[in-house]
Amino acid sequence: MATQHSRSAARIMMAPAVTLLLGWMLVPLIATLYLSFRDYRPMRGGDLGFAGLENYTRFIGSSSFWPSILTTLIIVGGVLAITIVFGVLLALLLDRPMWGQGVVRILVIAPFFVMPTVSALVWKNMFMDPTNGLLAHLWRFFGADPVVWMSEQSLLSIIIIVSWQWLPFATLILLTAIQSLDGEQLEASEMDGAPTLARFWYIILPHLSRAITIVLLIQTIFLLSIFAEIFVTTGGAFGTKTLTYLIFQRISESQAVGLGSAGGVYAIILANIVAIFLMRIVGKNLD
Amino acid sequence: MGRITLDKVTKRFGDVEVIPPLDLTIEDGEFVVFVGPSGCGKSTLLRLIAGLEDVSGGQIRIDGQDATELPPAKRGLAMVFQSYALYPHMTVRKNIAFPLKMAKMDQAEIDKRVNNAASVLNLTNYLDRRPGQLSGGQRQRVAIGRSIVREPAAFLFDEPLSNLDAALRVGMRLEISELHKRLETTMIYVTHDQVEAMTMADKIVVLQAGVIEQVGSPLELYKSPKNKFVAGFIGSPKMNFIEGQEAAKYDAHTIGIRPEHLAASATEGAWKGTVGVSEHLGSDTFLYVHDTGLGEALTVRVSGEFNLRHGDTVYLTPEADKIHRFNAEGLSI
Repeated sequence: MATQHSRSAARIMMAPAVTLLLGWMLVPLIATLYLSFRDYRPMRGGDLGFAGLENYTRFIGSSSFWPSILTTLIIVGGVLAITIVFGVLLALLLDRPMWGQGVVRILVIAPFFVMPTVSALVWKNMFMDPTNGLLAHLWRFFGADPVVWMSEQSLLSIIIIVSWQWLPFATLILLTAIQSLDGEQLEASEMDGAPTLARFWYIILPHLSRAITIVLLIQTIFLLSIFAEIFVTTGGAFGTKTLTYLIFQRISESQAVGLGSAGGVYAIILANIVAIFLMRIVGKNLD
Repeated sequence: MGRITLDKVTKRFGDVEVIPPLDLTIEDGEFVVFVGPSGCGKSTLLRLIAGLEDVSGGQIRIDGQDATELPPAKRGLAMVFQSYALYPHMTVRKNIAFPLKMAKMDQAEIDKRVNNAASVLNLTNYLDRRPGQLSGGQRQRVAIGRSIVREPAAFLFDEPLSNLDAALRVGMRLEISELHKRLETTMIYVTHDQVEAMTMADKIVVLQAGVIEQVGSPLELYKSPKNKFVAGFIGSPKMNFIEGQEAAKYDAHTIGIRPEHLAASATEGAWKGTVGVSEHLGSDTFLYVHDTGLGEALTVRVSGEFNLRHGDTVYLTPEADKIHRFNAEGLSI
């Protein structure tokens, strides 16, 4: 019953929400774009005028730029790989009927409710501390030298911490996908002579492909901008400086807002490249 | 070869015994239909034979070999599921080839068998489509194709036609019967529809609450049902049962008379009643006759058209030699 009249009424009613969202998105974007062309240093002389493309060339010319991009991609890729592989395995495990299923499922989701700052600090101080951490005790129990996680294995530490946070999300989405698999398909493949591993490979995994795509896309968006986990653990040292963190350092530590804003524009471009890339690879699963 | 023997097979889910000890032999090449109301254990029985459920006791033998502990794939049986259970992400060709691929057959042989099955089932033009792009009847044929390429000892069908519309169901019924005649392989077919059972089966197994009520050819079951349950279940419309005085005349607790064995007349007959609803099918007319003083309404099948209207008086006469007599336990006398 979408008459001309009801359609225009619908447009009017949606307008406030659309306007608000548009403003919410456009104001910071325009501010970033504007500042990226200014030489703006708040504590060191304020706005020093139009800078042309200098911020862009300086940001990309910095020796930290390409390493930060690489670090970002390693962290995103590592976390995605770990959460999807273990997410699928955990989902398979949780799908099995067992005693205390409800409680176990809630426990599995729990890490997702912990704030990133808190979980990173807990990992840093309770698990990965080289003298008092649980992992150090474990290493010593087996007679090994404890790993100095934050400095020697800094990138791995961050990947572990972030994976721990995002694993529940992946598990949850994949679990619901597994539960929607038609049991008769599995029985049919059993009759067709497919052993357990083949059933997983030919039936379960293709069924999960759509859910995996969704996990991949959503996580990538969030992982490109992780910040708190790095801030409270390594502070960007030991090769853990991601693009986000580099921008933060340029703005707050070097007081170069214009330079940081130019970095922000690069971050938007990177995110879009990754997004288009992912959509191309996995988009066919979403039809 | 596909001779299947069930020897004192039982199935319990927890404390509930859904199939008490049951014996049944299915001969090689037979088309056997398990029929019964829903929840009678017919699907469970099929799944026990398939190996998808473990038996709680007894033995299943396939061609004389004990198959009770064998996994489903090793039993040499193929199954067509109610939902077809096609693999949605594979093309029709890959669906049909899947069991052969799992058997590690070489590609040339797989291609040959898939093309063969596709031409038998009229699927050649659809081999590169996905199941989602096919109609219900085509999906059904793909499911059958997937089962015939393995050349199994026996086919198991679990209510395969219940998701199809009425016209297609009749068509597929013929196709499956035709397939059976051509392959001469044992087929076990589960349905709740007695018409499917009557039209397709060499041998019908009527089940109720996990117990076999009667085994026999369609006409045996129609002509001499062993008890009231079978008599009421086989035949459409349902047999009329009459108890009390009228039954006592025939020396029975209950007598049964099929609607087609009652003659209706506007002027004279044994029982007098009032016409209720009449259903005109063209070839036949079904009358529901009330107020006969014989208990429930009687159903009458009259050939061709019948010109009595709702509320008119009608006289019914049973064919004496077609009356079935049952004792108080419901068994045939």
